[in-house]
Amino acid sequence: MVLTGAEIVIRCLQEEKVDYLFGYPGGSVLYIYDELFKQDKVRHVLVRHEQAAVHAADGYARSTDKVGVALVTSGPGATNAVTGIATAYCDSIPLVVISGQVPSAVIGQDAFQEVDTVGITRPCVKHNFLVRDVRDIADTIKKAFYLAKTGRPGPVLVDIPKDITAQKCEFEYPQTVSMRSYNPVVKGHHGQIKKALQLLLGARRPMVYIGGGVVLGDAADKLTALVRKLGFPCTNTLMGLGGFPATDRQNVGMLGMHGTYEANMAMHYSDVLLAVGARFDDRVIGSPAHFASEPRKIIHIDIDPSSISKRVKVDVPIVGHVDEVLGELLSLLDATSERPDQESLGVWWKQIEEWRRRDCLKFNQGEELIKPQFVIQKLWEVTGGDAFVTSDVGQHQMWAAQYYKFDKPRRWINSGGLGTMGFGLPSAMGVQLAHPGSPVACVTGEASIQMNIQELATCRQFRLPIKVVMLNNRYLGMVRQWQEIFHGNRYSESYMDSLPDFARLAEAYGHVGIRVDKPGDVEGALREAFSRKSDLVFLDFQVDQTENVYPMVQGGKGLTDMILSAEDL
Amino acid sequence: MRHVISLVLENEAGALSRVSGLFSARGYNIESLTVAPTEDASLSRMTIVTSGSDDIVEQITKQLNKLVEVVKVVDLSESAHIERELMLIKVRAAGKDREEIKRMADIFRGRIIDVTDTTYVIELTGTQAKLDSFVSALDAGLILETVRSGICGVARGDRVLKV
Repeated sequence: MVLTGAEIVIRCLQEEKVDYLFGYPGGSVLYIYDELFKQDKVRHVLVRHEQAAVHAADGYARSTDKVGVALVTSGPGATNAVTGIATAYCDSIPLVVISGQVPSAVIGQDAFQEVDTVGITRPCVKHNFLVRDVRDIADTIKKAFYLAKTGRPGPVLVDIPKDITAQKCEFEYPQTVSMRSYNPVVKGHHGQIKKALQLLLGARRPMVYIGGGVVLGDAADKLTALVRKLGFPCTNTLMGLGGFPATDRQNVGMLGMHGTYEANMAMHYSDVLLAVGARFDDRVIGSPAHFASEPRKIIHIDIDPSSISKRVKVDVPIVGHVDEVLGELLSLLDATSERPDQESLGVWWKQIEEWRRRDCLKFNQGEELIKPQFVIQKLWEVTGGDAFVTSDVGQHQMWAAQYYKFDKPRRWINSGGLGTMGFGLPSAMGVQLAHPGSPVACVTGEASIQMNIQELATCRQFRLPIKVVMLNNRYLGMVRQWQEIFHGNRYSESYMDSLPDFARLAEAYGHVGIRVDKPGDVEGALREAFSRKSDLVFLDFQVDQTENVYPMVQGGKGLTDMILSAEDL
Repeated sequence: MRHVISLVLENEAGALSRVSGLFSARGYNIESLTVAPTEDASLSRMTIVTSGSDDIVEQITKQLNKLVEVVKVVDLSESAHIERELMLIKVRAAGKDREEIKRMADIFRGRIIDVTDTTYVIELTGTQAKLDSFVSALDAGLILETVRSGICGVARGDRVLKV
């Protein structure tokens, strides 16, 4: 059947079973918006800024196993989307972003709202396309979804000039994709997996290091089964939270710059380390030289060969889909009666329990000032540990990661790699749309929230009952913390003056706003908020301004070199 | 250490900038880069000369392989291979220099492909080292321009980089 380019775009999205499209119209995408208007299968969510469209699609993708989709116009529409695209790229989130482009005939002539979108986004997408012929639209969109979802996932951008959306051609949606230049590995090398099992069975001080790949690869069940069978300690990265239940004793907590004492110590002093879907980044292992100073054998399972031996030399690399590889590892383990030496494992656990007794996450909630950690702890209690929690970036993000114990994957939604302030609220919109009826909390700070606060209007329009949990310390908290520790308490531009009355601001947008000043009111306010099933409730918690995130490993230092509390400063 | 990396990639607009962008974004060296379509017009063949430790070069090949448009990557320097570069060099050739330059070009098996009363353009093919020694064999004051293509490389014997 003969269709216009714009009709083809919408038909492709329908074929891909896209239920929500996050976007903002503009000149170059008017034909596409016109076709959107004529159908009701793909529901469009009108955001208030293109960055939020991409973050919302991102939150949608992270909390489901689907591809998030956004639509923006040319020029500023595309440049506003870049932060969202880069955020998704750093955390390997599958997105398809469709951008309008000026008509083919004027490309390169500095036309109104023209930018080289493909050029600008090239370093922060898995791949991108400029469609030059209406006959290529269907094939390109099919490829975009395939690329976004397979292999190491990532955002894919499709730039479509306006004239091409008006031209016509025969439409048939391709059923399969074949690309001679792109064949991601799925199954791991059998010999390497056998070698890995031998190393694990011979371990005396084993450790399992769980990254975001376990969550994105939907491998949490197999990983949990493996770790439990082996009886090994494990740790999650910031991106891996939920990959193994946090409330399980075998989990020693998050590791890294703000990881627990026991996780960092166990990571450093392990003799066999199993890394799954993780990448040994600077916030996780600190200095690679210090990390290498303690000898250990490393097994690394990852879908991306370039993640292996990038920062840390690996002994047994296994390239493959983590779920497949873990499945094979499990069946090999089941087939053998060999088990790790229980005696040395017992000694190792005794050492870990001793580290654990340092109780590095303890804090004292007094009568006067609300401790930010206390708010997160109560949030966890009130929601029964079962909410979807999105976060912005800074101290509140670390506290949420430390004190909200995620037992399930895809519940913790944050910008780990890029560290994008302004991510929390729009990503919560995507999560809430994907999970209507489920509790969704957005943990944020008074600085981060203001980077995308306009989305309160989108939340109103689509009746999204998100609970905004704002830890308001009137500072750019993490910046202030670094200035206190590394810059002699010179708080250069990290204080926020002239803050709005957030509760009233929320009300002005048509939501419920509550300000909480006293520790005794924290739990009640949270209960009230979560009992309002159909309202967005904005909770403004006035918290202790001087609180820092501990433990802390200073940038570039070794993992065992931790500041545990203010007394260590 | 110097490495010669050869790749086959889709002959599409933007593929070259994906490769060059990768090198600049990750801080890898490019000593030279040549690219042109192959006998199959849908594919391009690229030769990149780079340098770095083994770890870096391993990352370079992995990162290149990760680019969606790259079909195959081979580090030619891992085994026996041939490298050739083309140079066009314009020199001032007047008076007594004329004969001397002609002789020098003959010694290096270069060809004079353009002649005026006062200049020659010499075409010379060979390894980077051979071209370097020809340049240094000439009186530096006589060289007006040099244009070098960067090297093309191919493995010796049966080893073939083909899709």
